[in-house]
Amino acid sequence: MDMTQAIILTIMTAATPLLLAAIGELVVERSGVLNLGVEGMMIMGAVAAFAIAQLTGSAGLGALGGLLAGILFSLLFGFLTLTLVANQVATGLALTILGLGLSGMIGEAFIGLPGLKLAAIEIPFLSDIPFFGRLLFAQDPIFYISIIAVIGVNWFLFRSRAGLRLRAIGDSHTSAHALGVNVVRTRYLAVMFGGACAGLAGAHLSIVYTPQWVENMTAGRGWIALALVVFASWRPGRALVGAYLFGAVSIGQLFAQSRGIGIPSQFLSALPYLATIAVLVIISLNRRMTLINTPASLGKPFVPER
Amino acid sequence: MKKTLLSLAAATALAGIAAPAQAAGMDKVKACFVYVGPVGDFGWSYQHDQGRKYAEEKLGDKLETAYLESVPEGADSERAIERFARSGCNIIFTTSFGYMDPTNKVAKDFPDVKFEHATGYKTEHPNVATYDSKFFQGRYVIGQIAAKMSETGSAGYIASFPIPEVVQGINSFMLGAQSIDPDFKLKVVWVNTWFDPGKEADAAKVLLDGGVDILTQHTDSTAPMQVAAERGAHAFGQASDMIAFGPETQLTAIIDDWGPYYYERIKAVLEGTWEQSRTWDGMAEGHVVMAPYTNMPDDVKAMAEETEAKITSGELHPFTGPIMKQDGTEWLADGEVAEDGELAGLNFYVKGIDDQLPQ
Amino acid sequence: MRIELKKRENISSLFSILSPFIALGLTLIAGVILFVSLGKDPVSALYSFFIEPLTEVWSLHELAIKAAPLILIAVGLSVCFRSNNWNIGAEGQFIIGAMAGSILPVVFHGWESPLMLPLMIISGMIGGALYAAIPAFLKARLNTNEILSSLMLVYIAQLLLDWTVRGPWRNPEGFNFPETRNFADNAVLPRIIETGKTHWGFGFALIAAIVLWFVMRRMLKGFEISVLGQSARAGRFAGFSDKKMVYFAFLLSGAMAGLAGISEVSGAIGQLRPVISPGYGFTAIIVAFLGRLNPLGIVAAGLILALTYLGGEAAQISIGITDKVTRLFQGLLLFFVLGCDTLIHYRIRLVFGAARKGSAA
Repeated sequence: MDMTQAIILTIMTAATPLLLAAIGELVVERSGVLNLGVEGMMIMGAVAAFAIAQLTGSAGLGALGGLLAGILFSLLFGFLTLTLVANQVATGLALTILGLGLSGMIGEAFIGLPGLKLAAIEIPFLSDIPFFGRLLFAQDPIFYISIIAVIGVNWFLFRSRAGLRLRAIGDSHTSAHALGVNVVRTRYLAVMFGGACAGLAGAHLSIVYTPQWVENMTAGRGWIALALVVFASWRPGRALVGAYLFGAVSIGQLFAQSRGIGIPSQFLSALPYLATIAVLVIISLNRRMTLINTPASLGKPFVPER
Repeated sequence: MKKTLLSLAAATALAGIAAPAQAAGMDKVKACFVYVGPVGDFGWSYQHDQGRKYAEEKLGDKLETAYLESVPEGADSERAIERFARSGCNIIFTTSFGYMDPTNKVAKDFPDVKFEHATGYKTEHPNVATYDSKFFQGRYVIGQIAAKMSETGSAGYIASFPIPEVVQGINSFMLGAQSIDPDFKLKVVWVNTWFDPGKEADAAKVLLDGGVDILTQHTDSTAPMQVAAERGAHAFGQASDMIAFGPETQLTAIIDDWGPYYYERIKAVLEGTWEQSRTWDGMAEGHVVMAPYTNMPDDVKAMAEETEAKITSGELHPFTGPIMKQDGTEWLADGEVAEDGELAGLNFYVKGIDDQLPQ
Repeated sequence: MRIELKKRENISSLFSILSPFIALGLTLIAGVILFVSLGKDPVSALYSFFIEPLTEVWSLHELAIKAAPLILIAVGLSVCFRSNNWNIGAEGQFIIGAMAGSILPVVFHGWESPLMLPLMIISGMIGGALYAAIPAFLKARLNTNEILSSLMLVYIAQLLLDWTVRGPWRNPEGFNFPETRNFADNAVLPRIIETGKTHWGFGFALIAAIVLWFVMRRMLKGFEISVLGQSARAGRFAGFSDKKMVYFAFLLSGAMAGLAGISEVSGAIGQLRPVISPGYGFTAIIVAFLGRLNPLGIVAAGLILALTYLGGEAAQISIGITDKVTRLFQGLLLFFVLGCDTLIHYRIRLVFGAARKGSAA
């Protein structure tokens, strides 16, 4: 493997959990729900995946466990914000506090243990393609899932009837409701999908990226995923670009340092956020684009009139 | 054990060695610890907690301990320290640099309680002591090992923040390496965190991608060790023995062993002999311990053991001249040894390091 | 079985009072289950959490110190949220406020003047307000989503502070450690009473809460805020400008966060460090909702949340539970309170059997 390939691979691994969590949140926000608890769901996924992998001896089951933990945790958010119409911003923040605490408790027994690593799957023939083969077709399963998720969600949102309904709810839950769409059920499903993605993203951290459990190991990646959704202006393809750009900036900064190029790292670290604001401004400057892309009822509570 | 201690205390009292103020010994002491991270970080705070447990084991029921973990630096730490001072702690260990001012502030109001601050430099009241370890001694040893073991003649260094302690470590590592291979190359990456497994893993990968085959770190997670293991490179553990994360990878680890210090200081309180001090101990006192030398040929191992012995005996000081600064000017003349005070504020590289120290 | 909500015609005053108690009851039950399952005595655990911090004078002072930034930020946010402006970047405004307020004591170290503190406080408020003006401008002029832009600005503020204290503002006598000089005595916020540690930050918090409560309750501005918050269109008919309201809400909440920032740095910490807030700006959002966006309710909510922090420490020491349990318990409390507040606005019915067809009533 040559150096360029190696660097790109490092970037891809760094980007995968961000991408996956962002895709999940993207669907949630498209349905008009803002779940700020991504960090909490991710850390729960990370601890569950590690614990289950240790207990069963199977990293695959661990990944599944992370996914399920994410879903369970997201249901807590769903129950409060969708059934009891509690404020989404506050509930999401509370979810993160709860997740950091609970994961720390569960994980206490697993500190200092080397973890199992989810094995890479080499796809026959394709992985032999020069240069790209090693990058795209000899990766861990969660990487493949992240790419499938991008394609799948893109198809779902813009090509399927169910996706159309979901976007309609995000744009105006009252009109969608009037048209007979079950707003709350659809949103529950979206929130659960978001939880599954965040949980799996957490699992990636604890059984692929750095196979170990330590407290707070998500280290703010859930928040970056939230930023990515906006950077992507709620389009899956752009989330992919954004996640890889983000990965490239953070890895590139380390790489530049190892080559002895000194730039204050704080400025480089701030770049992705500045870029996100710039993207936000650009998409909102163009009024039509805003209307097309931004879920208009984002964060607003909905109670069906009966 | 208990008996020995009792008689020891009695002996001390009889001999009248005991110290100022409330000189008389105590039957039981309460020692309290403030940690900046979770005890489960398997790094800095974990090792301090191991030290606490060691002291508990040694002193048995004469010692009661309590700790608070993940205490943010700032107003929260002052409250945590004060809480301990009020809840009957006789001695309080505050284990992060950022607790320096809060420790001194609280110490002023509680003259009867002893305060021990790790890694700081302020002792504004007679009941405040500071302590730290000379980790750079271990870094010299691993620098030598790296120079012997590397096939590419280069190593990667994952650094946290450009504070003196970290700069000492980088310089000492490089001096060790240069003592074996004068052309040794060192690549430094600053990750600006003490603890972020993902970012540390990224830095490790970037360094390995860039052609080094040995990693060392001044951050707390085991992630770099795992990355090195995956890539078939070698690495050095940090703070705790990380051999479980790289059975065929770890060459050795620099272990922070706070246990002996905690034991000594708590015992001093028990016996009434505690005095203000500024401790900066290393291998000789057992504060800096090298994990078993593994995954290396016998001659390298022998060399490492010899260097370790020399540093322990005081025969060798890593910062002994002639040493040039990075810009080529002279820092230490031939045979001159750097003073502790100067090392404590170290903010420049030695010659040969190919990196700009963030300012 | 499923749960159905029906909006009440009026806010239930009964449940306005009862819901916090129901939430507390549920939290206590959950707490008992949690502590018993950890093998701890639930009574002493709950005692440490909720009572012990209130039994000593010094601890009450610490409670006020911990609550001050939460209350200050949250009362500012309550106005913002009521007017339907979602500023979730108070953490960033807190930091920038603290930095702006620290220019005098750090850069002009040694300046002896009675104007020192007043100017610090004013520049802190201006700093916070200006930083909040960025998302406000983007929203009012360019229609940019303020939730996201204000959140992004938090990260930027954190990195800016980090760079500043490691670089230009680093204490020249501090052995390269990343922190500024200690503030001189004339730059330290005084205590309210000599015998205790509570500094004027808590005083500012109470004053801000009372003033804003009065404005919201008794003045036209309060009416304007609520009307525009409920419907920008209705507000425009009434002759209120929703653009001006965006600026007003953001500048006000930013100034409050900035005031909290400089008060914390000057009153509690005494210097700038790479990290000066353990997430006050975010916790304050929860406080704002716990206090139901009512300034006086927020004072109570801020004190209660501060109590759980102090109680968590007390419990760590007295019964030896970890801080993870503390955070878990805090999360549970928040969930119960947020959930129970539903009762105020809605009737809750359990519906058994198959779902009925949703016919528009």
